[in-house]
This record gives sequence, structure tokens and C-alpha cells, in this order.
Amino acid sequence: MEFRENQAIYLQIAELICERILLKQWASEDKVPSVRELAVQLEVNPNTVMRTYDFLEQKGIIFTKRGMGFFVSTDAHDKVTEFRREEFLQNELPQFFKAIHLLGIDFSELQNRFEAFKTENY
Amino acid sequence: MVSIHNLGFGYSKKKPVFEGLNLELQAGNVYGLLGRNGAGKSSLLRNIAGLLTPTSGQCTVNGHTPHLRQPKFLQELFFLPEELHIPPISMKEFVSVYAVFYPNFSQNQLTEYLKEFEVDSSARLTELSLGQKKKALISFALATNTPLLIMDEPTNGLDIPSKSQFRKIIASSITNERVILISTHQVRDLESLIDPIIIMDNREVLLNAGTDVIAEKLSFKTVQQVTNHEKVLYSEHSIRGFGIVIPNEDESYTKVDLELLFNAALEKPQVIKQLFN
Repeated sequence: MEFRENQAIYLQIAELICERILLKQWASEDKVPSVRELAVQLEVNPNTVMRTYDFLEQKGIIFTKRGMGFFVSTDAHDKVTEFRREEFLQNELPQFFKAIHLLGIDFSELQNRFEAFKTENY
Repeated sequence: MVSIHNLGFGYSKKKPVFEGLNLELQAGNVYGLLGRNGAGKSSLLRNIAGLLTPTSGQCTVNGHTPHLRQPKFLQELFFLPEELHIPPISMKEFVSVYAVFYPNFSQNQLTEYLKEFEVDSSARLTELSLGQKKKALISFALATNTPLLIMDEPTNGLDIPSKSQFRKIIASSITNERVILISTHQVRDLESLIDPIIIMDNREVLLNAGTDVIAEKLSFKTVQQVTNHEKVLYSEHSIRGFGIVIPNEDESYTKVDLELLFNAALEKPQVIKQLFN
């Protein structure tokens, strides 16, 4: 996994997992890969993945079953949506606004491109 | 697991390599030891491994004193030096000679690692390329399952796919009972793997901290213009502006950029030392 430079790695891994949940690749009650499995897959320190899992558990997105590892919460989809919306509105949207303002892009063009993007990708 | 107090060492009395050095290593971590050329990284590793004897202070590993080189200590340690001295025998013969010294040695793990690294275990070690030699010895080192594993510049000589395999193997082999201590100049190779980070300079340890603690105290950013000059610990020109290191004041966690951190530590050693001690 290629990590961006502006955000802690454990949060970027959390984002990756949230994305999988939003795209329904991981459904409620699914078992999450073990800390070691994911660390090997992403080539990162297992402690970093553990931090990601702690963080997601605090947010109620995943939960532990004793001795069995981590699972996706029943309402994970809603929790992720809520958490990601908040993040997006606070951190990413201001950057985006700044760019469209500087470049003089108007909303109707955005609207068209957004519709085209949705049909192409999802 | 490793406990170093007030350690002094020098190859001659006039020029100490380090003085009053303190360092604690806890099990369950992959430590990354950084320091410029000649900062004493290899000397420190060799003191911990018992290959060198301290001139003052103490170094203990799981209660053992390394330089006494007792068998009980030696079977708990594997040290992979930067320059390898290997006998002209195959990996199979190497195992039959050296594996007996390590009670937790696993042949299954060795086979698995050699396969992962695509190293031929029947070829004579001296006839392998530098990279293949390194990978053979890294595989053996990990398969000894010693509580303390020290590797000096392990990624030197590895090709691009091997570096990725190396990261995977290290991520899979760290356990709560083990310390892996890696010294490296190739921070980009191991950036998301080594944690905590130890930085040595000018005969002492400037920093020994987990990346979470580092990110809590310092921010790593790219900015168009450097303002707040009095607060910025370090800045350098990059293609997208300036990479800066600045105290973290807004509780956001940026990714720890090891190159920037390292340069900041060399430029403002006292500030870094105070922040992290």
C-alpha cells in the first residue's frame, strides 16, 4: 500500500477498512483479517494495525469476540458513514473549495462531471 | 529486554564513540536505529551483542551481561552484521553446523523464508550474489527464533521485490516475546515497518520513541511558504514547496516522515532531546 504523506499511517489503514465496509466488500458480522495478516499484506508494523483496530473499535465500527479476533459491527455501515462524512466536511471539503475558487470552476460543471463519475465508477 | 545505563565505549581512550548512553528496548517491537555515518550505530549493536566490551556503564539483555558471552545469552541472540563472513558451504550444511546453538530454531520456518525469498538452499553460499547471501542469512536469522534479533543494514543489497518480501517476513515474525533491532540508512525501505525509532548522534541517543508519540509531539508538513520561523524545527526545499517539522499544536496526527525527523534531530539535537525525554 502506498501511503500519503499528510496523515498518520494507522488512520490511512482505518480509511482503507472504512472504504471496504462502505463498498460492502466487508459485511456486518464478517471476520476482519487478523492484525498479523493485515500487517503482512500492507507491509507495516503489526503495532500500527493494532492501533487502527483499537481506533475502529472505539468508534464502534468493529468489535472483538474473545479469542476469535475482530468482527465488523452490525451498524458499521452507518458508523463509518457518519465518521467519514464528518472527516470529509472538516478536512477535505475546505481544500476542494479552495481549489474550485482559485480555478473559477462553477457548480454546474461539477454537477455534470459528478454524474458522469458515478455512472463510470459505481 | 535490553537495558543500557550510562554506557561508555571507545576504540581509543581519547576518542569515545559514546558516553553516558541510555537506552531501553521492550519486547514486541521492531526498533529502527538511525544515525549518520560514524555515529556509533554498529558499535552500539556490537556492544549489545557482546562482541565489544563497554569501557563504563552497564548493558544487560534479559538479565545477561553480553560481553561475558555466556552460552545462555548467546543462544538468545542472533546478530546479522552488515558485512557477512560466510563459509563455502550450502545452506543445508550451514544449518547442520549452526542450528544446534539455537534451541528454538525451526527448519519449517527456514524452508518457508527461503522459498519466499527464492534462495536455493543447495547452492554454495559463497557462490551466491550479495543479495542472495543476505537473504539466506536473514532467513536463518529469523528461523532461530531468538528473543533478540539484531540486523545491521539488512536491506543493503536487496532488490526491489526482496525488500517487499523482507517487510512482509518481518511483519509476520515479530512476537510479544521478541525484540528486532534494525539499523538502517535506507529509511524509505522500512518506513512503515520500524517503530519505535531510535536516533543516535554525537555520542548519545537523541530520541527513542514510538511513531504515535512522535506524531503527537511533532507535525510533518509540506507548505508553500515557511512562516512561524521561530517554531519550525527544520525545513527543506522540495519540489512541492518546503517540507517542515514543527511542534504539533492542533492535535492532528500527520505521518512521521523519517527523513525529515532525522534531519530535524541532527539540526536541533537539544530541542529533540528535551521533547522526548
